[in-house]
Formats: sequence, C-alpha cells, structure tokens
Amino acid sequence: MSVLKREVLPVKTSNDVVLARQKVRQLAVELRFSLVDQTKLVTAASELARNALDHGKGGTMTVETLVNGARSGLKMIFEDQGPGIPSIEDALKDGYTTGSGMGLGLGGSKRLVNDFSIESEVGKGTRITAVRWK
Amino acid sequence: MERIPVLRMGSLLLITIQVDMHDKLALQLQDDVTERISDWGSTGVLIDISSLEIVDSFIGRMLANIAGMSRVLGAETVVVGMQPAVAITLVELGMSLAGVRTALSVEAGMELLYGNAITGSENERTEA
Repeated sequence: MSVLKREVLPVKTSNDVVLARQKVRQLAVELRFSLVDQTKLVTAASELARNALDHGKGGTMTVETLVNGARSGLKMIFEDQGPGIPSIEDALKDGYTTGSGMGLGLGGSKRLVNDFSIESEVGKGTRITAVRWK
Repeated sequence: MERIPVLRMGSLLLITIQVDMHDKLALQLQDDVTERISDWGSTGVLIDISSLEIVDSFIGRMLANIAGMSRVLGAETVVVGMQPAVAITLVELGMSLAGVRTALSVEAGMELLYGNAITGSENERTEA
C-alpha cells in the first residue's frame, strides 16, 4: 500500500472544520469517488473535525490518498491533545455524549467509512483514523 | 457580519441556506427566525437546503432546533430540497430528522404550509 499524497490541516476553529470538509471533498473528487461516497467522506470528516474541536480542544487533520493494488482510498487521521476518551466503547454508542451534541459523531462516522479506529489515552489525547476505499 | 437572509412572503418565512454553515451562522439564524416569527406573526417557515452538499449532525440539530422553536411560537417548519446523496448519508449517520417535516421541492413545501394555514383558519372558524 502506498501513499500518493499527504496533507496536514489545523483543526483549531469552527472555520477550520469548513476548510477540512473542503479539502476532503477535493481529494475525494480527485480519486473519483461517487457522489454518495464523497458525501459520506465529507460528512464523516465534518463530524470528526468537530469532535476534535469540541472534545479534544482542537488538533490536526491529516489526509492521505492511498493506493493498494487496483484499489484507491482516502484516509483521514484526526489527532488532538485533549482529555482523551475514558471508554471508547461508550463513545461509539449512538446517543452517548459528554457535550451538548446528539452523540452521533463517532458511531455515525464509523458507519460512513470502511475502516475506523480510535486510539486514546486519558490526559494525553486522541487519534481517530478513518478510511474509505473506492 | 455574515448572515443568512430570512425573507417574508405573506404569512411565511423563506430561508435558503447556500453557504457552508458554521456555528455562529447557525446560532444567528435561530435568533433571526424566532424574532421574525414573533415580529411578523408568521405561521410557516420554509427552509430550502438544495444547495447544501452535506448535512452533518450539527446542521441536522440546527434544523431540528429551528423546527422546535418555531412550533413553540406557533409556526410550522418544512425543510425542502435535500439532495439524494445527503439523505442517504444522513440516515446512515443515524439522523432521520424525526420531528422535522420535509418536502421534495419548494413548491411542495409551500403547498404543505399553505394547506396548514387553510386548515388552521377553518378550524378557528369552526371553533368560533
């Protein structure tokens, strides 16, 4: 598997969430994802960027375009140095929230991509990786 | 400051969301809609989202909030024009916008709201 392109964007403000969405849209179009797949990727990016901002006090988004044989994919990594997630199992449940949202962000994003993983350490931060293959 | 326009058409409010929404804009819109309903006595709110390329849980919540606040103030809300790809994604995300009335087009949405207004006034007459 090789990485064709990698870009890192800050996720520090509400406007950065908009820019993160636009970047993911641009790369998904470049990779010729279908419109539905583009929409799923951009929506997942929006949820995860907002998650990093609201719960992780801001961080970064790294996007990579991947090639694995004949398959191409888009990988998004959201990293923050926030308080971390004490229970990943709880955090993935629909309706579970510690903030003012609806608690759909993590579980919902997981359903919008093919591969999804959360690494988190309380007091250190969180890294969420999401990949959608074409 | 950037603002989403709220237009008045008879007893209805018309809102077209065309920009990429962020927090402040969404909160401003909630304020504006509730104020206009209260000032103008509007009975219906039509929100056109046909230009929106995504609806995430943040925007979904905003639409549900506006519908809820408007209802409390006596106005029905209809969200119109959602793109098919957005509908697929929104439901997979886990949001079906329960409690928010929807219609395919602005026209269909207006019919719903005007239908409401007519039935509403007939009811009043019957009661009187």
